[in-house]
Amino acid sequence: MSQIAGHLEPYLVLSGMLFAIGSFGFLARRNAITMLMSIELMLNAVNLAALALGAFIPSLAGQGAAFALLIIAVAAAEATVGLAIVIAIFRNRKTPLVDEYDTMRQ
Amino acid sequence: MPLPDVIPFIGLGWSDVLFLLLGGVVLAAAFGVVFGRDIIKSGLFLILTLGALAGIYVMLGAAIVAGAQVLVYIGAISVLILFAIMLTQTKVAPLKLAFQTQVAPAALAAVLLALLFGLAFGSTDWSSTVFIDTPAATGTAPVAAALFGPYLLAFEIASVLILAAVIGGLYLAMEPRGDEVGEELP
Repeated sequence: MSQIAGHLEPYLVLSGMLFAIGSFGFLARRNAITMLMSIELMLNAVNLAALALGAFIPSLAGQGAAFALLIIAVAAAEATVGLAIVIAIFRNRKTPLVDEYDTMRQ
Repeated sequence: MPLPDVIPFIGLGWSDVLFLLLGGVVLAAAFGVVFGRDIIKSGLFLILTLGALAGIYVMLGAAIVAGAQVLVYIGAISVLILFAIMLTQTKVAPLKLAFQTQVAPAALAAVLLALLFGLAFGSTDWSSTVFIDTPAATGTAPVAAALFGPYLLAFEIASVLILAAVIGGLYLAMEPRGDEVGEELP
């Protein structure tokens, strides 16, 4: 018997909280790599929601997992390009902090 | 002696306890990622978050996604992030200034976002199944039917995207050759 794990809503609430934590990290941190980590958190929250919906709604069986696999592939591509950009900027500016990337503002 | 269905004194089933445990680890480690001063510890907390999420994926009956999570996220992306941390962090990383000046509005926005999600989830009729235990594992056949049926185009585009990302990442991270280096930025 289960009162929590057999229902859809707890998974969605966990996913929403994880997405909110990730969005806070993206908005508040100064370090570019921590911002990328926060993006990974948000993508994982979306994955959790997709899998929960696929598992609990009969007409979506299999589609949630297909969505999650596609999101994982896109996240891998995003992490590759994002970290390469951070390393390329770091080579020029010698800092990983995003608020010091202000050349185009001056 | 078989275990009782419901844990005495708490009134919750075993899968509930497992869900609460994994969910608590996910949220605590995500807070560690976001609030940690030391970026190496942030990266390690990220690995913990992803691992606990893989456990929740198994509870949802999606073992193939949990395997992909461990292989791709923990095995590849986390290692990539840790390498990037090693390449870009200097010893004099400003510990006191881990956050932007907009930290208070960002916290407010995140809390409002969480409340909005809660309202939306609570007020929607999902017409979802209620399982006695966790959802049963469905195996990979429905996943394959969806991935190679209605989502075939998305699947192919994802493979082209990964190829483009690999080439682009190599090009971006490549050391520029000596005589082509532009003027050093101030």
